[in-house]
Amino acid sequence: MSTAAIHDAPPPALARATWRDPKRYLWLLGLVVPTLPFIAYGLVHLTGLGAMWFFGPVLVFVIFPLADLAVGLDPANPPDDAIKALEADRYYRWCTYAFLPIQYAGLVFACWLWSNGQLSVVESVGLALTMAMVSGVAINTAHELGHKRASLERNLSKIALASSAYGHFFIEHNRGHHVRVATPEDPASSRLGESFWAFLPRTVVGSLRSSWELERERLRRGGSGAWSGRNDILRAWAMSVVLFAALTAIFGLVVLPYLVLQAVVGFSLLEVVNYLEHYGLLRHKREDGRYERCAPHHSWNSNNVASNVLLYHLQRHSDHHANPTRRYQALRHFREAPQLPTGYAGMIVLAYIPPLWRRVMDRRLSEHYGGELSLANVHPRARARYGL
Amino acid sequence: MSRFRCPVCDYTYDEARGEAREGFAPGTPWREVPDDWHCPDCGVRDKVDFEEVEE
Repeated sequence: MSTAAIHDAPPPALARATWRDPKRYLWLLGLVVPTLPFIAYGLVHLTGLGAMWFFGPVLVFVIFPLADLAVGLDPANPPDDAIKALEADRYYRWCTYAFLPIQYAGLVFACWLWSNGQLSVVESVGLALTMAMVSGVAINTAHELGHKRASLERNLSKIALASSAYGHFFIEHNRGHHVRVATPEDPASSRLGESFWAFLPRTVVGSLRSSWELERERLRRGGSGAWSGRNDILRAWAMSVVLFAALTAIFGLVVLPYLVLQAVVGFSLLEVVNYLEHYGLLRHKREDGRYERCAPHHSWNSNNVASNVLLYHLQRHSDHHANPTRRYQALRHFREAPQLPTGYAGMIVLAYIPPLWRRVMDRRLSEHYGGELSLANVHPRARARYGL
Repeated sequence: MSRFRCPVCDYTYDEARGEAREGFAPGTPWREVPDDWHCPDCGVRDKVDFEEVEE
């Protein structure tokens, strides 16, 4: 654990006028991820080791968790009167826009490498996993863009989702997950006692079904059926079909299995992040049958700098759910929000190993609820295990 | 014709303009918007939480 100093006291009025965002230029590091296929290529040629094609997963699952431990925490918030200007500063937008051209340059580069016959099958799989890290983290970029009101950003969001064929995420996340978060009805909120491997099929199928229902209902109000050219899910998927078909036409059928592999592993990376954002947390039903409002104690947070820079402050998740349209650079640490023991990157690794995850997180969740696990969102099949 | 604002993100439903994307034609009164309709921008608040904008 980090011993970084806690310095979240509001700065004095004098300091406010001269406040500078300490993370301003760190956000550019987020662009390292889409560059991964090029970095892997460079490392292979520098070291002569074919294993370097696997550099993407190594960065996300090994280097970032270690960087979180080494760099530590930063709970500092921008002063309230600096937030408006911070959100209006277009520099931060360009940091996210720039992700997309690099993401697709990397995808084309990967297709060229898969098709030119110089990589073994194992090396090609390594490159596909590296590309999966790009497509998976691109869903996080799409997430940041997709919450914005401007149509430019919403369209860029759909483009970012095309390489993982997860275009329905844009619908389901904003209109489904944010409405039903931390309730048993939300496919993307994991439950106490539910392993990641049980959660994965539930969230993939449930989110797909839910997004379709949401879109069908929206189109029904406008007087048309679900199978319409105005269906945003079909339009988003059409982009993926065109993208994959074009790449296959240019580079040959050999690239198709790797494209599918990187898409599946890519959206699974998004889903493991979903898994750890709300594990076991539950909004309670009020007397009128509606759920209580989503509050800071309904999301797991982390102030680890490395993961926060990688994921555009996604770990300041309570503020994100309170203010979903707020831009990433302005998201705040909430003192009352439950905190994860390390950053999302390290927690992903724990989530892949369910006994380890339960050991760390079940105790933390139990502490959060003062030992009353009946207050948690418990997986129905696991109730007996917790004496419920 | 009135306008109703989401208290979280300031999205505003204008009865005169409706909201074509959501299937509400121009002139659709607020009472015809279903109670379980959520703010289309933030998804945090429901119709019943919206506040009428004082003109």
